[in-house]
Amino acid sequence: MMEILGYHFMQRALFAGTLIGIVCAVIGTYIVLKGLSFIGAGIAHASFGGVALGFLLKVNPVLTAVFFCLGTAWAIGLVTRKGRVKEDTAVGIFFASTMAFGILLIGLMQGYNVDLFGYLFGSILAVSQNDVWITLGLSAAVLLLVLLFFKELLFVTFDAEMAAVTGVPAARIYFLLLSLMALTVVLSIKVVGIVLVSALLVTPAAAAYQLTENFRRMMALSVLIGVSSTVGGLLLSYQLNTAAGATIVLLATLIFFVAALVSPRRRRRPVQTRS
Amino acid sequence: MDSENLIIELDHVDVTYQDLVALDDVSLKVPSGSFLAIIGPNGAGKTTLLQVILGLVRPASGVVKVFGKSPADLDGERRRIGYVPQIMSVDLNFPVSVREVVLMGRYGRMGLLRRPSSTDRAAAHDALEVVGIADLADRPIRRLSGGQRQRAFLARALANEPELLLLDEPTTGVDVASSESLYELLRVLHASGITMLVVSHDVGVVASYVEGVVCINRRLVAHGRPAEVLGSEELTKMYGCDAMFFHHGRVPHLVVEREQ
Repeated sequence: MMEILGYHFMQRALFAGTLIGIVCAVIGTYIVLKGLSFIGAGIAHASFGGVALGFLLKVNPVLTAVFFCLGTAWAIGLVTRKGRVKEDTAVGIFFASTMAFGILLIGLMQGYNVDLFGYLFGSILAVSQNDVWITLGLSAAVLLLVLLFFKELLFVTFDAEMAAVTGVPAARIYFLLLSLMALTVVLSIKVVGIVLVSALLVTPAAAAYQLTENFRRMMALSVLIGVSSTVGGLLLSYQLNTAAGATIVLLATLIFFVAALVSPRRRRRPVQTRS
Repeated sequence: MDSENLIIELDHVDVTYQDLVALDDVSLKVPSGSFLAIIGPNGAGKTTLLQVILGLVRPASGVVKVFGKSPADLDGERRRIGYVPQIMSVDLNFPVSVREVVLMGRYGRMGLLRRPSSTDRAAAHDALEVVGIADLADRPIRRLSGGQRQRAFLARALANEPELLLLDEPTTGVDVASSESLYELLRVLHASGITMLVVSHDVGVVASYVEGVVCINRRLVAHGRPAEVLGSEELTKMYGCDAMFFHHGRVPHLVVEREQ
């Protein structure tokens, strides 16, 4: 078991996996509590369009995906802002159209690109030294922004209307959250894959939600579960010769079910107040 | 009326949501020190009226002034308004403690990139003392009773030391005894100098505490002292033929039969 840690590709994958586990868990806490998981899935699928664009333009697909995902996240935010289009409708439209755009671009390219498969389903072999730097840079940016706007993100997640009333720039903080979701998706796709990244955004935080009634503790537990899932999943996928993203997500799901089973929330029901 | 003494001025305010008219030509002046109840049937625009005052909803036409300014330009003066929204507008299972919820009330005035100071913490604690639940400060909000939860949200509004307090159906999901003690608390706060606007459907209960009743059904139907408004023909008309009053004590109670 230990000898695999000697491989450079594995060291890179584990390093990137740890960062991904942390960042997905932190942003996932907001996603789970604010009910944004479908937007997360939408942004994740939009990254396919961004990755395809990168292949076509022959630049690093992660960089094109950054702009593509940010654009999609903001578009969803803008379209739903005035309430003219429902949030899930907007996501439904962008979800499919950005993927369609990606498929169209792939069709324009000569021949079939094997790398694309890695982006869709994640791969531990695919993490280059360059990807490690990109993941590190994006993770640091996301975590720094969370730290700087911690109290505003909490307030807007809990009660956006009240945040606005008391003078917190609630709309801007919401767009910040959407942007953080976009960056988190992009930094995760190399390891977890476009198809499965939305699960990693939700599952560790959802498991943590089962175990505590304290926001900071929920975030900390979410990180613990997220990192256990990515690191454990990567090691397992190597041992079992299974797809990295799928192993990570299934491990996280297993932890979720255990958490739900032992959840104090199941035993201590909230006081009923509806009369 | 001395215009400097007016906290809220609505002048011919119309609000529309796409094709739906929420408020139609509403004019209202609220002097400092008032204690008003806003009543009306479901969908009458009661919440919209509060949201217009808070600047959350922009009127299609008409002029709104709060503390002499348009709600959009209040900036630093936002903290002079406290708001207790409808309880169902938030996720009651959210993992936060009472103390954190109350402290959130001060996040806006703290400003970006600042952490709560000892002054902020003290203000939050004082607000919890005022509403009488300081002993529950560390409890997660999901473990509060309906009455305790309303007090927590009231404390969040009070943490900013507001001069005007807007409450939207504060007794929803609260039992009768807690609801009366909540109104008793509002009376104490009013006596301490806070101007109060309470949206309520508990017409009977609210009338024995407030000084004035504003009745809206998209339009302003009636505005006056509780006994005048509640006995008026306009009110009966507004609620339709199914409404009737019975007198219990000094305040007329309104009974509205739901359609269907």
